[in-house]
Amino acid sequence: MVTLTIDGQHVRVEEGTPILEVARKLGLHIPTLCYHPALKPHGACRLCMVEVNKNKWSKLVTSCNYPAEEGLEVSTSSDRVKRIRRVLMELFLARCPNVPVIQQLAERKGIRTSRLKKIDDQRCILCGLCVRTCEEMVGVSAISFTNRGTDREVNTPFGIASDVCIGCGACTYICPTTCIEMICNSDDAGGQSLHMGELALEACPYNHACDTCEMEQHFVEDMKSAVQQLRKTS
Amino acid sequence: MKKIKNPENLEALRQTILSRRDPSIQVARVCCTTGCRAGGALNIIDSFEQELADRDLKDKIEVKKTGCRGFCENGPIIAIESKDVFYNKVRPKDVPDIITETLVHGKPVKRLLYTDLESKKKIRSEKDIPFFRKQVLNVFSKMGKIDPTKIDDYIAEGGYSALVKALTSMTPEEIIETIEASGLRGRGGGGFPAGRKWRSCREAPGIVKYVIANGDEGDPGAFMDRSLMEGDPHSIIEGMIIGGYAIGANQGFIYVRDEYPIAVEHLTLAIDQARSYGFLGKNIMSTGFDLDIEINRGAGAFVCGESTALMNSLEGKVGEPRAKYIHTVKSGLWERPSNLNNVETWANVPLIIDQGAERYAETGTRTSKGTKIFSLVGKVRNTGLVEVPMGITLREIIYDIGGGIRKDKQFKAVQTGGPSGGCIPLSKLDMRMDYDSLYEVGSMMGSGGLIVMDENSCMVDVAKYFIGFLMHESCGKCVPCREGLRQMHEILSNICEGRGEDNDIALLEELSHFMIEASLCALGGSAPNPVLSTIRYFRDEYRAHIFDKKCRAGVCRNLFEYYIDEELCNGCTVCRKKCPELAVSGAKKALHVIDPDKCIGCGICYSLCMQEAVRVR
Repeated sequence: MVTLTIDGQHVRVEEGTPILEVARKLGLHIPTLCYHPALKPHGACRLCMVEVNKNKWSKLVTSCNYPAEEGLEVSTSSDRVKRIRRVLMELFLARCPNVPVIQQLAERKGIRTSRLKKIDDQRCILCGLCVRTCEEMVGVSAISFTNRGTDREVNTPFGIASDVCIGCGACTYICPTTCIEMICNSDDAGGQSLHMGELALEACPYNHACDTCEMEQHFVEDMKSAVQQLRKTS
Repeated sequence: MKKIKNPENLEALRQTILSRRDPSIQVARVCCTTGCRAGGALNIIDSFEQELADRDLKDKIEVKKTGCRGFCENGPIIAIESKDVFYNKVRPKDVPDIITETLVHGKPVKRLLYTDLESKKKIRSEKDIPFFRKQVLNVFSKMGKIDPTKIDDYIAEGGYSALVKALTSMTPEEIIETIEASGLRGRGGGGFPAGRKWRSCREAPGIVKYVIANGDEGDPGAFMDRSLMEGDPHSIIEGMIIGGYAIGANQGFIYVRDEYPIAVEHLTLAIDQARSYGFLGKNIMSTGFDLDIEINRGAGAFVCGESTALMNSLEGKVGEPRAKYIHTVKSGLWERPSNLNNVETWANVPLIIDQGAERYAETGTRTSKGTKIFSLVGKVRNTGLVEVPMGITLREIIYDIGGGIRKDKQFKAVQTGGPSGGCIPLSKLDMRMDYDSLYEVGSMMGSGGLIVMDENSCMVDVAKYFIGFLMHESCGKCVPCREGLRQMHEILSNICEGRGEDNDIALLEELSHFMIEASLCALGGSAPNPVLSTIRYFRDEYRAHIFDKKCRAGVCRNLFEYYIDEELCNGCTVCRKKCPELAVSGAKKALHVIDPDKCIGCGICYSLCMQEAVRVR
């Protein structure tokens, strides 16, 4: 166990606990977009950055994956932190000006306009919740990040209908910007497919029943209970 | 093959190798690494083989395929040490002359000698060529001498003696102390003290540990790591074995990009050969220490040079960085303690063990020891790889070794440390090249790239180029790097196209500082360096672009026009004849004029005019 201070409150926690979890237990609000308690931290949206002070140094870290250590002093809303969050929101607004989650979060931070040019109109914020859910909860990795840099997007391997997607819909559920859509095909044996822009996920039409299929039958049931667990934890 | 178990075994082997050599045989050393191969070095080898067979000289003359001498622009290069001659720009048709004149009669073939840039005199000996004179070859000491595909060549030059010394007479603790005392700092970018890293990894709890060599060189214009892996792979492997022994690792990985096929081939051969002498494998030299090394080929993502992205890639995952709040020396590859060093850092290790920390630390400055290999490219007259002592001035590198700026133009800036380094201006030419001085001027050592720019380079355009490169090579995981670079690139493009706005400089600076603080890894954290350093030293140029809508370097096409100087034009008609848009008019021997409405700013007239009458305004 270690003792640390968050916004002046002393707290004793297990060493290594992510600061974000500690802060939330104390009732402190730290904004996040790529964090989910049931998934491994990703550290990509950077909104959860806090300022940590130890001995004589101070630095900005992402609280979702920074481990609690003895004697740490954490500030969740210092001027430095606020400045970083402001620019982050401006960057999000420039990429996704019409996404309600972004608009609401920006408004809560008092940001109505971005000084940066709106250079895109994406719905996907690349938080990776869908990718991690599919990998960690469902265990099939039907979708992943593809391409680098500004071309980065969520897609299936080679951009074609996935042959491992089981059509569970966990990705559509977890997506904070509702950019993955599930379409039910009543005339199809598998029943449903998912669409996200160019991305199309389709359930196996044979319900993973062929001799060659590597997917075990009880797997779909396991996945369903995983999705339910996900609903409970959020 | 007999395994080497102690210093006596190694010395006996070395003597055997040397005794097998016939001193009457002449050796012609042909550089056969990437640069010279592209210039046709393998055809030269074929010509030699053919010619020697035809003249029945095979038992008198040996042709050796060697590694790089760094003078790649002048390749293919042949050195014949017994006759003290150094040939450059050799073609296969020159081979008969080399054999007859030099190897048989001992006279140089004049047309193949290097021509001095100033005196225009031919220089016979390698050591008299200005490009080599100020270099101090330590890491590169065996380059160009040995055949990198033959371990016996490496051993004949004293190779693996450091390994034998370390494993038979030093404890892991003593090795780490030696590396710490030598002051060796990471050659790949950050400049972290290697000894301290090794110690942290040794002390980290865990039974399974890894040593990794980073050969994922990705900086535009840098090729020293490739050259080292191609030309002297055993030095890297020897360093890694010593490191593995000191740290307590039993598995090593060399991460090398697949675009370096010769490096992969030579490293693979070297590992097999090291294994056959018992330098790798189980119970190395009867010490009970096991180590093996595997090669992992990278797919060429710049970001995979970042330590955690490299480890993700080694694990078979997408090569993107992860948080380093717990250091990789404690939890790296597969969450095990992992010690990653650049290939050049590893190649320094045998030198330190061989000569001792004190001797090694005699070279360099107070905080940066030893030598550094720089890749000198751009608008200098001599380009190539140069190994120089830390603390040498930029002026010495660019003017004494590099021979100054091409076409006697004005030096403007030098980009050091790759795309995320900084631009250093004329006023800093006398600065000393070491980790801390480079950091102070807003740049970094990086892997050692030096891109020299002259008066025709626009610094805003340069910043836009590097930011564009990083925007495409960022993994795109974290928002500050992905979206920040995109915004910066947008702003810089607007400035270059004449749409710059009043507060653009301030916004660029704010975004830069934001990215440094908020990015996930060092790629995003150092990406703003080209912008910050060009604003710091060339603010006037940014202002001229934004407020006067002028690019005085004549690069940003919307922001300048070409005109012909009345005084200088002699009416030679070349510009008029070559203009693709028929924008130039004028009679022979009379003043020519460019129609700005027709001119597309291609610069053909500018580059062709012998009178330098075509000007930018």
